[in-house]
Amino acid sequence: MILDYIPAALALIGLAIYTVLAGADFGAGAWQLTAGRGEAGRRIRDHAYHAIAPVWEANHVWLIFVITVMWTAYPAAFASIASTCSIPLVIAGLGIIFRGAAYALHTATRENEGEAVDMAFSISSVLTPFALGSIVGAIASGRIPLGNAAGNLVTSWLNPTSILSGVLAVLVGLFLSAIYLSADAMRPADLSLQRAFRIRALLAGGVTGVVAVLGLFVVRQDSRLLFDELTSGGGLVAVIASVIAGVASLILVAAYQFAVARVSAAVAASCLILGWAIAQSPQFLPGLTVEQAAAPRTTLIAVLIAVLASVVLIAPSLGLLFTLTLRGRLEDGDETPADRRWPPRHTAAGRHRVTYLSAAAACLVLTVGFLSLGEAGWQHVIGVAALVCCAVLTFRQIAPGSPPAGTTAEGD
Amino acid sequence: MSSTALLAVAASTNSDQQSYLLQARQMQAMSFIVHIPLVCFGMVFPTLLLYCESLWLRTGDPLYRNLALRWTRVMIALFAVGVITGTILSFEMGLLWPNFTATFGSVFGLGFAIEGTSFFLEAIFIGIYAYGWTRLSPRAHFLSGIPIAITGVTGSFMVIAVNAWMNHPSGFTLTGGQVTSSHPWRALFANRYVWHEFVHMYLAAFMVTGFLVAACYAISWLRGSRSRHHRTALAIPLTAAAVAAPLQVLVGDWAARDIARTQPVKLAAVEGLGQTMSGAPVHLLGWYTDGRVEYGVELPHVLSLLASHDYNATVRGLNSFPAEDLPPVNIVRISFQTMVGIGSALALLAVVCLYMQLRHRRLPDAKLFYLAVAVAGPLSVIALIAGWTTTEVGRQPWVVYGVMRTSEAVTAAGIIPVSYAALALVYLGVLVALAWILRRFATTPLPDEDSPIQLPVTAPSSP
Repeated sequence: MILDYIPAALALIGLAIYTVLAGADFGAGAWQLTAGRGEAGRRIRDHAYHAIAPVWEANHVWLIFVITVMWTAYPAAFASIASTCSIPLVIAGLGIIFRGAAYALHTATRENEGEAVDMAFSISSVLTPFALGSIVGAIASGRIPLGNAAGNLVTSWLNPTSILSGVLAVLVGLFLSAIYLSADAMRPADLSLQRAFRIRALLAGGVTGVVAVLGLFVVRQDSRLLFDELTSGGGLVAVIASVIAGVASLILVAAYQFAVARVSAAVAASCLILGWAIAQSPQFLPGLTVEQAAAPRTTLIAVLIAVLASVVLIAPSLGLLFTLTLRGRLEDGDETPADRRWPPRHTAAGRHRVTYLSAAAACLVLTVGFLSLGEAGWQHVIGVAALVCCAVLTFRQIAPGSPPAGTTAEGD
Repeated sequence: MSSTALLAVAASTNSDQQSYLLQARQMQAMSFIVHIPLVCFGMVFPTLLLYCESLWLRTGDPLYRNLALRWTRVMIALFAVGVITGTILSFEMGLLWPNFTATFGSVFGLGFAIEGTSFFLEAIFIGIYAYGWTRLSPRAHFLSGIPIAITGVTGSFMVIAVNAWMNHPSGFTLTGGQVTSSHPWRALFANRYVWHEFVHMYLAAFMVTGFLVAACYAISWLRGSRSRHHRTALAIPLTAAAVAAPLQVLVGDWAARDIARTQPVKLAAVEGLGQTMSGAPVHLLGWYTDGRVEYGVELPHVLSLLASHDYNATVRGLNSFPAEDLPPVNIVRISFQTMVGIGSALALLAVVCLYMQLRHRRLPDAKLFYLAVAVAGPLSVIALIAGWTTTEVGRQPWVVYGVMRTSEAVTAAGIIPVSYAALALVYLGVLVALAWILRRFATTPLPDEDSPIQLPVTAPSSP
């Protein structure tokens, strides 16, 4: 049934977006390791940090999306993966904690502070994508049997295929972020930064390509089934598309066409994920097809509705965020004059303090009457509504700024 | 449809699992204890922040703008930590409780999927709001904050809906240990249990956020920082908490009646009521042992009053349930009493505060009052955690009440003790870092009232 595959497709799209967006964030963090000391090094680190600070949380959420879709739509498969791959999952989790904490710390550090924070940030930026990538390798090479921690806790994710996919995850992130950071350093003052990241992009792209090609031989040795599927039919098409897009992005970087190179590199990474999905389909885990793993129909439909509603809400918001961050980078430091404000609006509320407080008291009586003494659901609904009204009315009358403006909590 | 196989594997390794069931539970509890206070801030702090900003927009008083800017930085730092501690919780669903997720993911998972959407929007708009102070018009900036306030609440509502389902499960059919039909919408939203839990938590969020922020400024007040900025920054969160605290008593009473109806064993554990009886009493303090509470102060008939607003109502005792279905009574009991005790004290403090503000339009001058507010902050967090302990430990030994035991849900992967230790260490570091961040914010000198806006997120150098 096609419905069984839709959540898997959504999860794969989420994974591809996570790889491209959050992968680049991880890559930017990892590049901080190579920044070196002194003024130039600090500029590189700052550039990497500032480029991702506004977007990393939104990018990170794609992982949550993948996880929640997985455990809702394919609960048994998800549980098998998470329990067998508990070690890389813990490593990824700890890495994510370090990264998030480093961002939080950055909001408070001053100039020339936080070198240790940067270091923890960089190391976790390598560990996390490696750990997550190795889980993909574990699934792809069929090392996760169905069951509660039924696979080997160590060799399931520390094996040639997993190491390859982990390393690729790190490299793809490095490549993407170097392109992104080059594109982001377009102002005349940033030329040295652009040079630095362009070289890094070429280097990372080249290494990624070599590892990916050599990797095919590793997969051939380690997981013949996966290799056969990757080198035939749809899998082969995806692999070839990935290679073409990857080479194209390298050429584009060399030609200073960073914006197009980014798209091309993102396509290369996505095709790699697509190739894996095609190679594996219809098997999810050994002996478990996607159809067998799928949750009951009602749940799948519910997931679909939830995702569609999310897209409607999230797409325009995300567009706004990226528009603002991309535009804002170019025109830093303009200020909003303090007098551009709403016209003062002294409502009649100040003159009717007693009336409002009486209304609050009446709401309190309603709350007691319906919430505390009532039993039926509709009575509780009225009770909670009255409770909210009571709270808002009281707060508005006594909090600072309550009309007339600014007379509360002030002795002077 | 293969979760049967998974359960079979679970059964075969059952004895191994028992050895670290406790560690898994503690790891989960620790993760919640770190995360839940941050959730409170996510639910309420944006609202307080927007209130401040709206005052700035309306009055033009730069005091409110500076306060809003400062609180924006706090919000970003707390959100970042909340993101990671929340991610760990989502990992733990598979890491610690694979059989729970494998069996019931199709029923409750939808709640987290919607929560993910909510969280997504929250992250997007926090980015826009934090970085938009100088890039958006004041009105657009204010509007960009509203989705943060809404999604903070909807996200936690979804998680609470899942918790309510675990406490009062419905919306699925179970055949031979596997879910054969599932109605996730009904399971999550047609569940009466969710409403008292959510309203209780929402008011708790106002109390925790309000008292905790007020406590910081109360400490400053005690140290002599009593400028208009400090007094306003103290009064706004304190007023919010003071309005919520007395109302929380009413919601708590509602929760108790719902629990009496849906989870009588939890109610019996909350009081340590050994025998079924009419006109059941409540004991203050004391210790539950051998079916009765020793050394406690007895308040006759109070439990019957609480459970059904009837002086002589019959309340089921612990002895009417099978021994293997009982939660650890003393943990539940002491947590409950801690929550109620602190909650009552906070409500009392709130009444003093409300009286002064209504009657004299100011806060008290007495040093004792500010000392009390300074203590109220940490106490409110303790009450919050005690409350969650009451409901979560009170649900034991079940992970899904009456359907699946926690021991059946736990992972068979043997790295739990190591993970637990690592996570504990890392969380300790995160808390120290967070304390350092907030301290750094607090000691940063205030900008001049009319100075241009400094971005809430500092740029260490000009890019």
